[in-house]
Amino acid sequence: MPPKFQGVDFYDVDGVLSEEERAVRDTVRAWVDDNLMPVIAEHYVAGKFPRQLVPQMAELGLFGANLPEEYGCAGLNNVAYGLIMQELERGDSGVRSFASVQGALVMYPIHAFGSDEQKRHWLPKMASGEVIGCFGLTEPDYGSNPAAMITVAKETKGGWILNGAKMWITNGSTAQAAIIWAKTGQPDDVESIRGFIVPTDTKGFSAKDQKGKLSLRASDTSELVLQDVCVAKDALLPKSGGLKSPLMCLTQARYGIAWGAVGAAMACYDEAVSYAKTRVMFGKPIGGFQLQQARLAEMLTEITKAQLLCLQLGRLKDQGKVTPQQVSLAKRNNVSMATDIAREARRLLGANGILAEYQAMRHLANLESVYTYEGTHDIHTLILGQEITGVNAFN
Amino acid sequence: MKIAVCIKRVPDSETRVKIASDGKSLDEAGVKFILNPYDEFAVEEALRRKEQAGAGEVVIVTVGSAAAQETIRTALAMGADRGILLQTDKIPADGLEVARALAAEVKDSGYDLILFGKMAIDDYNHQVGPMVAELLDLPCVTAIAHLEIGGGKGTAEREIEGGVELVEFPLPAVLTADKGLNEPRYPALKGIMAAKKKPLQVKPATLGAGGLEVLALTPPPQRKEGRVVGEGPAAVLELLRLLREEAKVL
Repeated sequence: MPPKFQGVDFYDVDGVLSEEERAVRDTVRAWVDDNLMPVIAEHYVAGKFPRQLVPQMAELGLFGANLPEEYGCAGLNNVAYGLIMQELERGDSGVRSFASVQGALVMYPIHAFGSDEQKRHWLPKMASGEVIGCFGLTEPDYGSNPAAMITVAKETKGGWILNGAKMWITNGSTAQAAIIWAKTGQPDDVESIRGFIVPTDTKGFSAKDQKGKLSLRASDTSELVLQDVCVAKDALLPKSGGLKSPLMCLTQARYGIAWGAVGAAMACYDEAVSYAKTRVMFGKPIGGFQLQQARLAEMLTEITKAQLLCLQLGRLKDQGKVTPQQVSLAKRNNVSMATDIAREARRLLGANGILAEYQAMRHLANLESVYTYEGTHDIHTLILGQEITGVNAFN
Repeated sequence: MKIAVCIKRVPDSETRVKIASDGKSLDEAGVKFILNPYDEFAVEEALRRKEQAGAGEVVIVTVGSAAAQETIRTALAMGADRGILLQTDKIPADGLEVARALAAEVKDSGYDLILFGKMAIDDYNHQVGPMVAELLDLPCVTAIAHLEIGGGKGTAEREIEGGVELVEFPLPAVLTADKGLNEPRYPALKGIMAAKKKPLQVKPATLGAGGLEVLALTPPPQRKEGRVVGEGPAAVLELLRLLREEAKVL
């Protein structure tokens, strides 16, 4: 039995976490050790999401954990929510992605833009894992530029008819409900973008697994096609309006990603340290060589910085003071540093580092997706650039 | 079914402990503390008994420092109803003193069962549970691996050398839990939030000095480095010779 994961805490971050925050973190950490770690490598290699774990995750309260208790959620603060993401991604980015999508991209928009009836109908079912959701914003030809989306929703007497296609949709084939973003006005009318809750068994809705992924293999990534999909009037999220609405969802998800990346980095660092101490070459553990020590020192430094970034970001979010730009900075920095750490850890592990038995290369491959999704690294650079200079460099 | 579970806050078994400068206590700085793992079995069993009975109360009792409130809340997060901390700066080395304090607390409170872990993983004493039973003049079954309750009595299985011992006892009784009794639940996130609002009573512990004193703590001696005696079939004879003549184990 491998030793239990102890986390990385060089700056006594634990000392400034509340008792509940630590308890939440410890619960998720233990669950990941006991239930995810024993099965993740085989699922990854097989290209399967470990779906059998969903009921347990729901039982623990991991879905939409920062949403209110009245909807069956745990009502945690944002730091505790972030710690959940950190611990899940310490296991695997695919499993963290599942929880991120369910909570931040499906439950959050229903909570933020939905009617009371929608909230009461959907949120408890999603918290309990009875209904899995997905989030359809990105399209085959419109990734970083969602304003140009071509999916449309046309109002009819009884409801809405949706047409279009969505791509790179996490949980797409697993979901029973999809949040679909579509233009309700002219093709250039960004303000007409609205969100719809579309049951995936509606006629004309189809999801197809995207094959051939070399990253996030333990996650369902699908393409959605909507062909004359008729939904009732109450499928519309009434308070959604304009591109701002889906972007607000992405800010929630990116916040979780910033924490999640720290978890992936911790897993790689932890593995690298233990390998460096036990792998003997030239008569001594490789951790005794300066080159490996430099690697490890760099990893610890970057993880510690990213941890402190997350903590302050979380405190700001709990005070209602966080800006999307601050979230961009954290997502951009933390995913980039985690990718670098995963790569260095893989190299430190030598040939063993390419095996699924070890974690580093799986995390490295996953993080390449995380680097690209929810606003690519480059897009976040431009968001910060605009924030700094006041000049828009997107187009 | 009213059940008391007596627990202890102990250092995590995965944590590296350091001996404090006084040479007879642990340096608690940077040490992670947890609910004693055997006590987790006891808490889980109490919750299951209450769930099975459909009614009742599970009360967590401990002797410890103010920080032990966190350990009590772990049990409350699992689902226990309330906690009682008998607060002291220092837990006496003599288990009998702890047992006296616990016995005084749970006596006459109408408990059907008083559960313990079979031992605490910090001092390995296995003492306090049976001592409380003795002080309260109650039957005691230690290190139980299976439990059935019904009709005012219970039966428990104990895993003993080479077999299983089946013991019957009347209620109320004191039981200590062994590994294998159950699979403790995780404190779910809602449970963690709910635990904040559950009653936790703190009162000073009345403890005597007891008859034991820790004089010194020493870490185990460093293991000597191994030796490669040779390779291939030729090494077998040399290994046998060394085991016989040097290690004297054959």
